[in-house]
Amino acid sequence: MNITQKQFKRCDLISVEGRIDSATAPQLAEALEAITAAGRYKIILDCCNVSFISSAGLRVLVNTQKNCKRYNRGELVLAQIPENIRSTLDLVGFTELFKIFNDTLSAVGYF
Amino acid sequence: MQWGISKTIVVEVSASQRFPGRYESLTKIAEFIRCACAQAGFDSCTTYSVETAVDEACSNIIEHAYGGEDIGEICCTCHLEEDRLVIILQDNGKPFKPEKFRIPKDTIPLKKYKRKKKQGLGLYFIYKIMDEVSFATSPSEGNTLTLVKYKSSPPPQA
Repeated sequence: MNITQKQFKRCDLISVEGRIDSATAPQLAEALEAITAAGRYKIILDCCNVSFISSAGLRVLVNTQKNCKRYNRGELVLAQIPENIRSTLDLVGFTELFKIFNDTLSAVGYF
Repeated sequence: MQWGISKTIVVEVSASQRFPGRYESLTKIAEFIRCACAQAGFDSCTTYSVETAVDEACSNIIEHAYGGEDIGEICCTCHLEEDRLVIILQDNGKPFKPEKFRIPKDTIPLKKYKRKKKQGLGLYFIYKIMDEVSFATSPSEGNTLTLVKYKSSPPPQA
């Protein structure tokens, strides 16, 4: 899994490439925690090149979402989720937990 | 992957492979499952969901049955039948005691799972995605988890 980050004036864009599973979820958690630890709570996760997200990865996203939304200080949103991943997230009821954007430009504009 | 045609049931094919019980194996197991799903004719969304269920099951085996990486192996067998794909995962870790776990129900709200820090989510995914889930434990064969996905709607429960 590869992670790249870009900081905008009002939010952070984090792009992930590859699988987010039990092996790689800690790496994603570390990257997201680094952003929130810096006091930045408006985060976009670009899933365009994500090939798989397991429950371990989703647990990281849910925990980050809880942290970001605390005190109404921000939010974690998802962008460019591949159709097969979105379909499974729908099936297990996770899409209601995150705002989802079709492109990163719209997600950046949201903040 | 070697797919063998059963001599007794013509429409049935099967393949089996052993993987080291470590998280790095999840990628290889996923490839194995995708291949089986392709043989079954599943679309990409169904294939992805089955891959998710198997990933959850194997992660649970490594984390809970073996209690860590590189303790034992995971044997993954796929039986392709006329109307369904049967996936059997076997391990020799700690005996699984289904009675210790509450089987997730569709009616249980997701918030309940969100409150749990590390438990139940994988099992919840498995039950949500697969049409049939069953566990068995024996001293000779260890833990056996059987997952079934039908090619169309599953038959009504008796």
